[in-house]
Amino acid sequence: MVAIDIENAAKSYAGKRVLDGVSMHINKGEFVAILGPSGCGKTTLLRLLAGFEKLDDGSIALGGAEVSNRQFTLPPEKRNVGIVFQNYALWPHMSVGDNVGYALKIAGVGTAERKRKSLDALDAVGMRDLSDRAPADLSGGQRQRVALARCLAANPSVMLLDEPLANLDVHLRASMEKEFLAFHKRTGATMLYITHDQSEAMALADRIAVMDRGRLVQFARPHELYREPRDEMVARFIGNGLILPASSIAAASQPGQAVAEVFGTPHRVRASLSGRAGAQLSVHPNDLTLAKGDGEGFSATVERVVYRGSHNQVDFHPDAMPELSLTLHAPLDRRIAPGHAISVRIDDGWVIPAAA
Amino acid sequence: MTDLATPLLRERRHLPAFSISAKGLILAGLAAFVAVLSLAPLLRLALTGVAPDGFVDLQRLSDLLLKQRVFTATLNSLYVAVASTILALIVGVLAAVLTVYTNMHAKTAWVFGFVLPLMIPPQVTALAWVQAFSPTSPVLGLFGLALPQGARHPLFSSSGIVLLLGLYNAPLVFLTVRAALRRLPANLVEAARSAGAGGWRVFFTVLLPLARAGIFAGAALSFVSAIGNFGIQAMLGIPARFPTLITLIYQQLNSYGPDALADMASLALMLSLITVAGIGFSSWLGRRTDARVEGLGGAIQIDLGRWRLPVEVAAWVFLATTLILPLSALVTTSLVTGFGQELSLATLTLANYSNALLHHASIREAFLTSLGLTTVAVVVLMVVALFLGYFLSWQRSVEVRLIHMAAELSYALPGIVLGVAMILFFLKPLPVLGFSIYGTVWIILAAYLSNFLALALRPVLGGFAQIDRSLEEASQVAGAGFLQRMRDIIVPLVAPAAFASGIIVFMSALNEIQVSILLVSSSARTIGPMIVFLEEGGSSTLAAAVGCLMIVIVLALMLMASCLSSRLPKGALPWQN
Repeated sequence: MVAIDIENAAKSYAGKRVLDGVSMHINKGEFVAILGPSGCGKTTLLRLLAGFEKLDDGSIALGGAEVSNRQFTLPPEKRNVGIVFQNYALWPHMSVGDNVGYALKIAGVGTAERKRKSLDALDAVGMRDLSDRAPADLSGGQRQRVALARCLAANPSVMLLDEPLANLDVHLRASMEKEFLAFHKRTGATMLYITHDQSEAMALADRIAVMDRGRLVQFARPHELYREPRDEMVARFIGNGLILPASSIAAASQPGQAVAEVFGTPHRVRASLSGRAGAQLSVHPNDLTLAKGDGEGFSATVERVVYRGSHNQVDFHPDAMPELSLTLHAPLDRRIAPGHAISVRIDDGWVIPAAA
Repeated sequence: MTDLATPLLRERRHLPAFSISAKGLILAGLAAFVAVLSLAPLLRLALTGVAPDGFVDLQRLSDLLLKQRVFTATLNSLYVAVASTILALIVGVLAAVLTVYTNMHAKTAWVFGFVLPLMIPPQVTALAWVQAFSPTSPVLGLFGLALPQGARHPLFSSSGIVLLLGLYNAPLVFLTVRAALRRLPANLVEAARSAGAGGWRVFFTVLLPLARAGIFAGAALSFVSAIGNFGIQAMLGIPARFPTLITLIYQQLNSYGPDALADMASLALMLSLITVAGIGFSSWLGRRTDARVEGLGGAIQIDLGRWRLPVEVAAWVFLATTLILPLSALVTTSLVTGFGQELSLATLTLANYSNALLHHASIREAFLTSLGLTTVAVVVLMVVALFLGYFLSWQRSVEVRLIHMAAELSYALPGIVLGVAMILFFLKPLPVLGFSIYGTVWIILAAYLSNFLALALRPVLGGFAQIDRSLEEASQVAGAGFLQRMRDIIVPLVAPAAFASGIIVFMSALNEIQVSILLVSSSARTIGPMIVFLEEGGSSTLAAAVGCLMIVIVLALMLMASCLSSRLPKGALPWQN
C-alpha cells in the first residue's frame, strides 16, 4: 500500500525553483532516505510533506488522501505526520514524559492511558526511567531518543526525520544508526529520512532518493545506486565515485556487458545499452587496480601516496589526460612513490546511460 | 483507499479560500487595535495640521510658522535637542568605554547609578536639580557653596536645559554603545596592536569606527528623547521664558483650549518632522560603513595602570554630582515644611508624605488613577505584544509590517504629538456610544496603549528570537491548533520576556508626563503632571515628597524585575551590567 504519493511537486521561492517536478511513491513500512547536497530541495520536500509550505504545483497524498495541491494545503496539525527535528525541538518547559505525551493530550486521550502510552514509547527507545527528567538534563543521544519516542507516541502515519544525526558526534552516530534500524524493524513505521551523508543513507535506507538542484535524479536501492548510477552527479556522490571518459562502446558477447575504450585501452564493463561513440564510465577506487606488467590497462603517473592503514591511497593521473585526477587503493606491499609510472586496470565499471 | 479519499477531497476543495480561523481573527484584531489607536489619530493630526478646513492653506501655515514666537521656539527646540545630544554622546560613550573595556573597580554599582536617572521621571529629575542648585539649596548650603540670595537660578536657562537633557539621555547612548562595544572581539585590537598601533590609535581607528552604528543609534534615541522631553523643558524653560515647540503647544492649549487645536496640530506636525528628520539623519550617518564583525576572541581589556585610581575617583565624583546631590536635595526638601528650611531634628517632618498620601485628595487620586491606568495598559499590551510578536517573528507579511511601523511611529514621535492627535481624534462623540472620551481617563488609556505598544514589543521580540521555530512546529505536527500552541508552548517560553516588558511599560507609563499632559482634566489626573502643577503652585515640599514616592516605586519595580533576570534574554533589563 502506498503511504506517500508525491506527484509532480513544484515549489519556488522568490522566483527561484527549489523543487522541480518531483514525483515519488513510497510504500507503507518503507525506510526511505532523501539524499542530496545542501540546497538540493530535500528540506523543502520535508516541509511540504509536513504541511509547513504550500505547493506551487503538483500534489501530495498521505495514505491515499490528498493533503496538498495547488489550491489547498491541509495544515500540519491535521496531517498526523511525525517529525524528528534536526535540533530535536524538545519543549524545555515540559518533562520528558509530558513531551512524549503532548500529542495524545491534544487528541484528548485520558491521563492514565496517556501516561501508559508515553511510557511504552519511551520504553521502545530505552528511556522509560527518565520520564520525569527535564530535556535540559539529557545528553545529545538521550534527547534524540526522546524525540523519537515523542514521534512514535503520536502514532503518525508517516515519520519524517530531518538530518537527525547531524548534531551528534561520530561515535554516537554509529550507535544511533543501529538504533534507527532496530526501531524501524520493531515499529514497522513508514520513515522518510533526510540526509546529506551518503554513507548514512546507504547504511539505513531500503531505498534512496537522490536529489540535485530541485530534481529527483534517481530513486533506487542502495546497491543499485552504487553499481548503476543514472547520471554523473549520482555516480560522483555515491561511494567516492570517479568518472572516466569512454570513447567507444561496443556490444560484448554477454547481455548487459560492453567493451569500452578508455584512454586507448579496451575494458570490459557493464552497460544497459551499447553502440555509442562516446560516454562516461562510472568506477570506484576499489574497481581500479595496479596492473602487473605493461600491455595491461592504461598508463598513468603517481601524484601522491597516502598511508591509510589497511591500504595505500594512490592519487594519480592518466598520461592520456593529465588534468584528470584519479584515486585507487593499492596493497601496502607495492612500493610506489610520486612520479612513478604505473599501469592501471579497470576491473569493473558502468556506462552511465544519461547523455554526457 | 484512493476511492475512499476522493469524496473527502472534493469536500475540502469547496471550502472558501479564506475560512475564518483563530489566527486570522487575531490578526484582524491586532490590525484594528493599531489602526484605531495609532494610525487614524496620527493621520487625523497630519490632515488637521496641513489642511484644517479641508483644503491646504499655505498662507495660514506660513503665517503660523513664521510668527516670531513659533520661529524662535522651533530654533530653540532644535538647539536644545542637538546640543544635549552632543553632551549625551560624550558622556555616554565615555561611560561605555570605561565600563566595558577598563579594569575599573565596582563597575556593577557604578552602572546601576549611571542608568538609574533614566528610570526616574524627568520632571522629578528637573525638580531635584532645581532644588539642589537654588540659592536656598538645602544641600549646597551645608558646604557653604550655595549661590547668593537673589541671584538668577543657573538652571533656568538654555544651558540648564541642555545640561539636564544631556545628562538625562546619556544613559540611552551608554546602553546602545555598550551593546556595540561588547560585540567587538579582542583579536581585532590585537591585530591592530601587532600592526604597530598604540592605545589611542587603536581606539580611534578600530574601535570607534566599528562602534559607529551603535553610537549614532544612541544619538538618534537621545535626539528624539530630548526634543520630546516635556518634563525638563517645561520645568526649566517656562520659568526661564525660553520657549520650545513642546512648551508652546502646552501653553496654547492652556491659554486657548481646544480652539487652538488647528495651530497645535501644525506645531505638532513640525515637531514630528524634526523628530523624523533627526532619526533619518543619524541612521544615515551610522549606516555608511560595513561594521559587521566575526565573533571570535575574548573580550577586550584595557589596563588603566596608574590611572586607575584617578579615573575611578572622577567617575564616582561624577555620579555624586549628577545623581546623589540632586536626589539628596529632593529628599531633604521633602522632609521639611518649607522650601529652603534647614533640615535638623527640629524641622524634620513626614507631613509632606502624609499630605501626599492621605490628606491631599487630588494627589491621592492621581496616584490611584495612574496605577489603575498603568495596570490596565500593561495587561492589554502584554497580550497584544505576545500575539504581535508571534506574527512579527514567524509570520511576517505586509500587513504585519504595517502594524509594526504604525506602532513604532507612535512610540518614536514625542508624546505630546500623540496627545494632540488623541484630542483631535477623540474630541467628537464616539459613533454608536454617543459620548466623547475627551476629558476622561479613557483617552489617556488610549494614548498609553498607542504610545507604549512598541516598547512592550521589544523584550517580547527578544524572547521570540531565543526560541527556535521548530518548537512551535513540533507542537503543530502533534496536532495542536494556533491557540493551543500559544497556550502550551509559546506563552510559557516567552513569559519571562513578556513579564520584563510589562515591568518596563509599567515604569514608563507611571513616570510619563508628555503623553498625558494635554489629556488630563480636573476629573482625570495622572501622577506625572502632578509634580509640575504642584511646583507651579508653589508647593515645592509636597512636589518633592511626590517625587520621592515615585522614585521609591521605580526602585521597587527594578528590584522585582532584577529577581527575574536569570530567566531573561541578555540586555532585557537596561540597568544591569
